[in-house]
Amino acid sequence: MLKSALRSRWATLAVLALTMAIVPLIAPSAFYLRVAALVWIFALAALGLTILMGYAGQVSLGHAGFLGIGAYGVAIGPTHLSLSPLLSLVLAAASSGVIAYVVGRPILRLKGYYLAIATLGFGLILALIFQSESAITGGPDGMAVARLTVFGWRIAGAMQWYWVSAGILLVGAWIALNIADSPSGRALRAVHDSEVAAAGAGVDVAAKKLAAFVAAAVYAAIAGGLLACMNGLITPDAASFMHSVEFVAMVIIGGLGSVLGAVVGAAFLIVLPQALTSLQEYEQAVLGLLIMVFMIVLPTGIVPSLRNWLAERLA
Amino acid sequence: MTKSAFGRQSLRASALQALAVTTLLSLPALAADPIKIGAVLSASGPAAFLGDPEAKTLKIYVEELNKKGGVLGRQIELVLYDDGGDANKARTFATRLIEDDKVVAMVGGSTTGTTMAMIPVFEDAKVPFVSVAGAIEIIEPVRSFVFKTPHTDKTACEKIFEDMKARSLTKIGMISGTDGFGKSMRAQCLRVVKDYGITIVADESYGATDSDMTPQLNKIKNTAGLQAVVNPGFGQGPAIVTRNYGQLSIGLPLYQSHGVASKSFIDLAGPAAEGIRLPAPALLVADKLADADTQKAVVTAYKTSYEKAVGQPVSTFGGYAFDGIQLVVEAIQKAKGTDPQKIRDALEATKGYVGVTGIYTMSATDHLGLGTESFRMLEVRNGGWVEVGAR
Repeated sequence: MLKSALRSRWATLAVLALTMAIVPLIAPSAFYLRVAALVWIFALAALGLTILMGYAGQVSLGHAGFLGIGAYGVAIGPTHLSLSPLLSLVLAAASSGVIAYVVGRPILRLKGYYLAIATLGFGLILALIFQSESAITGGPDGMAVARLTVFGWRIAGAMQWYWVSAGILLVGAWIALNIADSPSGRALRAVHDSEVAAAGAGVDVAAKKLAAFVAAAVYAAIAGGLLACMNGLITPDAASFMHSVEFVAMVIIGGLGSVLGAVVGAAFLIVLPQALTSLQEYEQAVLGLLIMVFMIVLPTGIVPSLRNWLAERLA
Repeated sequence: MTKSAFGRQSLRASALQALAVTTLLSLPALAADPIKIGAVLSASGPAAFLGDPEAKTLKIYVEELNKKGGVLGRQIELVLYDDGGDANKARTFATRLIEDDKVVAMVGGSTTGTTMAMIPVFEDAKVPFVSVAGAIEIIEPVRSFVFKTPHTDKTACEKIFEDMKARSLTKIGMISGTDGFGKSMRAQCLRVVKDYGITIVADESYGATDSDMTPQLNKIKNTAGLQAVVNPGFGQGPAIVTRNYGQLSIGLPLYQSHGVASKSFIDLAGPAAEGIRLPAPALLVADKLADADTQKAVVTAYKTSYEKAVGQPVSTFGGYAFDGIQLVVEAIQKAKGTDPQKIRDALEATKGYVGVTGIYTMSATDHLGLGTESFRMLEVRNGGWVEVGAR
């Protein structure tokens, strides 16, 4: 009974919601709320990658590029096209999906390393565009982003952004959990295990992969839009290759294919650097070492490893 | 405060200590806790060439100041964070400095991007923020709590045009890099050129990684009435422009920008660099400054202590941070306390402060306070720099 509860999607959502409710109660200052809000936003982007990498088994090294599309979408919409920030966010998420669809059709024919390199190239091109088209994007110094207003409610301050990002992540997690339990989710996992076997069982492999790629792009774009609105500024480094790698690391450290894992992975890579600042020059080295230790001790990622350990205890 | 500290003979140090002792006696409760000054710099990542010397400068300065007894009898605690050049991280650290560390002022923001990301945090909290980044947007429009120390591209353009005017050069060609630096400086030059009665008769550009600029220079060379050429650019581009300029025997005065004001530029450009002029801060020609020069003492002192502690040649970027923290410390002294609002007022009232970058005089409408006199016009002669022209 308890064992099956551990695996239920409601358990995941309950743990997430409970954490979200507790953090503001124990946060000593607005700084902690900002860090938590960043965790929720980056977790949303990482969730997209969980669908693509964890469910469908396709590696993307250009995920930050889609985050950039969302971020620059909410920046460009109000500035150059006089659209409302909310509409811009919706349009940015939609265009990110469309771009993923168009680009995904040819490059998802590639497999393994080749797909990884193709997505890497795509991400680099996007970062280059954000960097050089300074008339539209403000160039290397970035551009200002209008405040997000939802039906007259102007979102500002750490507390408001905390709840907005938490709410959207909860919805994102619920959708990701539902996808996992749907026929599509099972088809994606079949593709992950063996594309040949999945095709033999009647799964339209190309279409399923493409759908996962588009979903990942939409998740990343919404996260990017939220990030840009919360900071009031976006610079091209948000779409950089290093951030793409960071997303892959979040998904793997937290636990490949686990929704809660994406959140834990994001928390790991956002909270730890803040906790390690007292080490100064050694911060990066210690962070790298901790990642190695966690991967060696918990080889399937933090969340799945702990869940299995707990399940064994309860059995 | 130890006994050995009193043993120092420097007049300045004893004055500081006297001040410190008085404050110690009058404010025993406050004296115990250090004054926290924040810094968010890009000490690692792509902008480390800016952030690394800045971070080292701040550490050296604070250490030396604390040895001398600190400010107002209190030690300075430098809270330094490395944003890795990431604007989002910079913003988070800025929030941390305000909310958690409760700093009274901040020196930092290595790049324009990270600075712009942090500005709202300090404006909202009403805590003074002295940026060490280049762009003019940081102080234009003027923001109540935001200051900066590095001179702008606009000042560099003005310095060049002043020199051209003095030499009666009125029709000029411009060849600019398309990188961030070149683009920004080109725009600023176009903005102020009319004030000097100079017209730009040719306007060409090149990519940051191009290896031959002969076609653009040929086009400029063949423009009727051309009297001089200016090259806003950064990195290797200006060295190639200079070489091509020599190969084409254009023979007219060539001006480079402060972006290439280093020995390595002369080495890269070779003999073609002879006779080139460029605006540069006094720090670059520290050993050649006249003894009577107002900046001589400050510049030499900074150069010596930095090079002794780090073992690397001093850079103008570290100089920006040096001036930034020095301005903040002076402001704290003048404000006789650590109320951020009073520090801000004292910063704005900075008058005739002699720094390594220039002489700062700020006002309610100017939160930089450097004029064209902060630049020296240098000419390359016999493979070295010589200061030319009136200041």
